[in-house]
Amino acid sequence: MNTKVTIAGVEFQNPVMTASGTFGSGMEYGEFVDLNKLGAVVTKGVANVPWPGNPTPRVAEVYGGMLNAIGLQNPGIDVFIERDIPFLKQYDTKIIVNVCGKTVEDYVEVVERLGDTDIDMMEINVSCPNVKEGAIAFGQKKEALFDITREIKKHARQPIIMKLSPNVTDITEMARAAEAAGADAISLINTLTAMKIDIHRRTFAIANKTGGMSGPAIKPVAVRMVYQAANAVKIPVIGMGGIATAEDAIEFILAGATAVSVGAMNFVNPYATEEIIAGIEAYMERYGVQDIKELIGAVK
Amino acid sequence: MQKKKVTATVVSQQELAAGIYDMWLETELAAGAKPGQFICLYTKDASALLPRPISICQVDGQQGRLRIVYRVAGKGTVEFATYRAGETVDILGCLGNSFPVQEGAGKKVFLMGGGIGVPPILELARQMEADKQIIVGYRNEQTFLREDLEQNGKVYIATEDGSVGSKGNVMDAIRENGLEAEVIFACGPMPMLRAIKQYAEEKGIPAYISLEEHMACGVGACLGCVVKTKEVDHHSHVHNARICTDGPVFEAKEVDI
Repeated sequence: MNTKVTIAGVEFQNPVMTASGTFGSGMEYGEFVDLNKLGAVVTKGVANVPWPGNPTPRVAEVYGGMLNAIGLQNPGIDVFIERDIPFLKQYDTKIIVNVCGKTVEDYVEVVERLGDTDIDMMEINVSCPNVKEGAIAFGQKKEALFDITREIKKHARQPIIMKLSPNVTDITEMARAAEAAGADAISLINTLTAMKIDIHRRTFAIANKTGGMSGPAIKPVAVRMVYQAANAVKIPVIGMGGIATAEDAIEFILAGATAVSVGAMNFVNPYATEEIIAGIEAYMERYGVQDIKELIGAVK
Repeated sequence: MQKKKVTATVVSQQELAAGIYDMWLETELAAGAKPGQFICLYTKDASALLPRPISICQVDGQQGRLRIVYRVAGKGTVEFATYRAGETVDILGCLGNSFPVQEGAGKKVFLMGGGIGVPPILELARQMEADKQIIVGYRNEQTFLREDLEQNGKVYIATEDGSVGSKGNVMDAIRENGLEAEVIFACGPMPMLRAIKQYAEEKGIPAYISLEEHMACGVGACLGCVVKTKEVDHHSHVHNARICTDGPVFEAKEVDI
């Protein structure tokens, strides 16, 4: 049975990754899961300098999901290169570093710094809904997405994945813009912009007022968008959004995802990633699937 | 001890006061559990996704049991309150740093709890060998855990309505009884912790306070539950420590609350 998948020349032992921002750089969840078993660890977003993030409360629960507005708190690229990359290099898994910034120059600075490190890929976060400058500003207009993708691609030594926002009118336009600008892959969906009001305190549940929604409640939206995007471009798609079980992961793969990421469910079940890997193998055995590639985009 | 998600069995549950529940759990996590640490409980209702952080009230390492005393506040705790002996619940633990018990050893200490911040003070009082003045504040005459606390030190009570002890809050109880201490340990609502931080600074004594904040993961990954710190934190190198892993107990002078 083959569970290996390849994206932009990088081979992953299985298609299960971690969604950026839900797994740190793997240190915290290394107590629960064997990081060697993961297809890849996709790190929390890293910027050129430390970012303090948003005021609290930063998280709130909603029916079947959660909202977050962390605001990309991160230690900056210096600490990241010194601490997080060496940590991850101890494991037999691929390293995908999520990159965030406020300006094109910020992104390019991080991408260039990472060029000298031994990581496998970069995921460019142009879709975080919780920071005022940058991020989402590049991810909601196809022209802006095209421009930043092309600029980053010029400076990147490793393959780049553009992480797309679902908060757009037509996801296929965005997917095509990323592909046309030279992206090696796309990943989607980032969180859905949402709001929760505490009716007892008559205030917003999170300090940022709006937050990004994730969790099982968003899965059908994510599957639809992955299907649309995968059918619009030839580059590989990494699918995510509410994946809780192996069945969910297979749904994304059948919709066209070459790999999948587990996000908010890490918080609910710290063993989720390993269980999903085992569950995908069990599914393949049950249906006599020799190679997982047979499943990618199999539902037309 | 390694953090784990395990299935615990409810040994007993009773309502101690209006909306305040007392549950004993049989779990392997009891071994090595420390005062000031917390566990996260998972609901059976899958629409309530996130684990609920609840502080440990008492540890029975020999029998492998943990006691939690919690207030019914929402969907999750409403469900927990229905659990009866023999039922199971998934829990994650033990989480957080714990109170530095050794900092109080042999000294004159205040162990202070307010409202639903009283429960973790019990295990702290049980483990601390010191001249213990336990100062606890409640809304009214429903002074839950009072008898347990009285077995572990001299107890002073404050109630908002004045029905028991000093009328007012724990700071009023200190003044009214002319109490003094060399070190403070506390858990309670933010206004109480702010008052304690100020009091400790005025007296020039250390205060170890247990904080809470909305959290998602409980293990330091999501960065949801941060508190502003005086020094640069070691994780993100900003001034935001993670309450779930760097805390929940901080020395008051280290945090900006």
